[in-house]
Amino acid sequence: MRLSFVSAAAITAALSASAAFAQDKIKFEYWYGLSGQLGDAVQQTCDRFNASQDQYEITCIGQDGYANAVQNSIAAFRAKQHPTVVQAYDAGTADLMMSGEFYPVHQMMSDFGIEIDWDDYFPGIANYYASSKGELFSMPFNSSTPMLYINNEHYAAAGITEHPETWEQFEANLKALKAAGQECAYAYAPSTWIDLEQFSMAHGIPIATNNNGYDGLDSEYVYNTTIHVKHMENIKRWLDEDMLEIRTSQGGLNARDSFSQGECSHYFGSIASHQAVTNLVDGSFDWGVTMIPVYEGTERKNTVVGGASLWVLSGKSDDEYRGAAEYLKFLATPESEEFWSTNTGYIPVTKTGFDALMAKGFYDNAPYKGRELALQSLTYTEPGPLTRGIRLGGFIQARSEWSNEVQAALAGQKTMQEALDTAVSRSNAVLKKFARTYRGKELP
Amino acid sequence: MRRAYFKNNWIAALVVAPQLLIIFIFFYWPSSQALYWAFTLEQPWGGGNEWVGLENFIFLLSDDRYWHSVRISVIYALATTALAMGMALILALFADRQLRGYKSFRIGLIWPYAVAAPAIGLAFRFIFNPSAGVASYLNYAFPDLWNPVMNGSHAMTMVIIAGAWKQVSYSFIFFLAGLQAIPRSLTEAAAMDGARPLRRMLDVQLPLLTPTFFFLLVINITDSFTDSFGIVDTMTSGGPARATNLMVYKIYEDGFRGLDYSGAAAQSIILMVLVIALTFIQFRYIERRVHYT
Repeated sequence: MRLSFVSAAAITAALSASAAFAQDKIKFEYWYGLSGQLGDAVQQTCDRFNASQDQYEITCIGQDGYANAVQNSIAAFRAKQHPTVVQAYDAGTADLMMSGEFYPVHQMMSDFGIEIDWDDYFPGIANYYASSKGELFSMPFNSSTPMLYINNEHYAAAGITEHPETWEQFEANLKALKAAGQECAYAYAPSTWIDLEQFSMAHGIPIATNNNGYDGLDSEYVYNTTIHVKHMENIKRWLDEDMLEIRTSQGGLNARDSFSQGECSHYFGSIASHQAVTNLVDGSFDWGVTMIPVYEGTERKNTVVGGASLWVLSGKSDDEYRGAAEYLKFLATPESEEFWSTNTGYIPVTKTGFDALMAKGFYDNAPYKGRELALQSLTYTEPGPLTRGIRLGGFIQARSEWSNEVQAALAGQKTMQEALDTAVSRSNAVLKKFARTYRGKELP
Repeated sequence: MRRAYFKNNWIAALVVAPQLLIIFIFFYWPSSQALYWAFTLEQPWGGGNEWVGLENFIFLLSDDRYWHSVRISVIYALATTALAMGMALILALFADRQLRGYKSFRIGLIWPYAVAAPAIGLAFRFIFNPSAGVASYLNYAFPDLWNPVMNGSHAMTMVIIAGAWKQVSYSFIFFLAGLQAIPRSLTEAAAMDGARPLRRMLDVQLPLLTPTFFFLLVINITDSFTDSFGIVDTMTSGGPARATNLMVYKIYEDGFRGLDYSGAAAQSIILMVLVIALTFIQFRYIERRVHYT
């Protein structure tokens, strides 16, 4: 009787202690946009964080898509129900910066006394998310850059020995593949991110005035006057000459799956898909990746980071901010970077993270071999004024103007030059409206 | 004629209060917010807006893309309504004739109404897929005949068929109920006078069906203006080259994806006014021809 009383008391005490313990944990929310296999990997970083310490508890909620993550955060923010941390995509950077409704990570880390070596971040990645003074507003997280995916067996069958470095070689390869009887040489899906943004970076040509918008809100698009036009005209010509096939999800198989099933010899896609392609191909054929080509006579420049970064939103308590700071610090450790790069195709964002992987020989063998080329592409040159990134408001709308016009040109409704002219003038209207909405404010 | 009424008005108020509250929260409040935003430039993350008067409307009404969207929305609404009501009427007339197996047909034809729009979109996307779907056989026989991925009018046709299919069941239920409400004695009398089934349909059943017909016309037109989102989103995302960028989808695209809240709010207001105006016109001019019994 007595014994049971004691044990009951002990159990009660233990229970209340653990309850108090659970209550003591500081909870905060993180909304992310990645979905599918990549979303699962994000969830695992959260589980790893929660297991690594007992002071904070992060709740990670997938929003099924970058656009949704931003939309839902805005709606929640307006209702004061927003998460502490949100994963926002590259194209939404300018909109978030102008809102001012965030806690710059650079400042947050120093406020909480967390030492981060900011110079350790690759400049091509950090510049995209930094203020005009070079201080990071958001934490680089999932970083990618586009790559050319190549079916090596198709190349061998067509007698091609080398991966192309220029578009001229690329075209010659397409011809050789067609001549060798390859049905689909190039699975294409219009993508502003690859065809316009990264293409312009690699060629060192402007997308818009004011150094792609970094120097003021009164920018205008200029891509209808650059070599980009010639490139898009080539795409159209390749389509007409049957060297390229349009593969989108609406049409059944998207470009990535057309490649992964061994149907098409080329496709351009983010390095982030490297893991997914590895899984889909599953050793059924030999393939590889290479940097996106440039036209002959141009000096190759660095590409910029794609993907998303983590923003800490305003209006939260100090405790929640401390938790968020710890989580971001956790993500920046080399172990976390290795976990992330192993489970996705994303590349490490810090030099130490990358060096650690290199030292271990991570990139020497399949299935990770080739991913280091993404970093090579990002760091090909030091970022200059035209290759720092893009800082244009309403950029998501501008992307959609481009896509719609290019679709019209590919369908033969107008010439590529007309299409790009229209896209530019309509996107300029978007920029004007954006500048008007934030009248009297400047880019921070 | 006796009319039922509550002596205590506050009981009546109490009973309708939940419904009024729901209508207020989900209709009047958002609509008034949209109305306010339509006249301002709203920053997406909050943080202030500026009164700009009619600027958003002037911008939209001088934008040929917007007019394109209005034009294709009208085409979509008319085409889906005609197709859906036409199919529903034919099916209802036959289901009503009590031919063999009509009961199972009746149930089978009502079922599709329970299918959500995105699911319909996915199913039709597969059916009309030019390279992998059912329609690929068509392309196999006649190369490049069907390509909704590149060709805008093909994409529009595809969306209209899917949208109409979604509406058929709803109209079918009402047509069938309308037909069953017609006294059998009338059709039987016509039959005794020697009228064949087709003659009976044209001269007896259809004229008596006009109230149902009118009701369905109003509902279908309104619905096809406001309820096409799920289908467009899954089938075409408004493409190719904006060929299926219907008004509702454009509001979503500009407002939620493009973060242009004010422009999207102005578009919502215009859409609301348009639907109200269309309904008004229908009541004003078409209802005159309807005879209620």
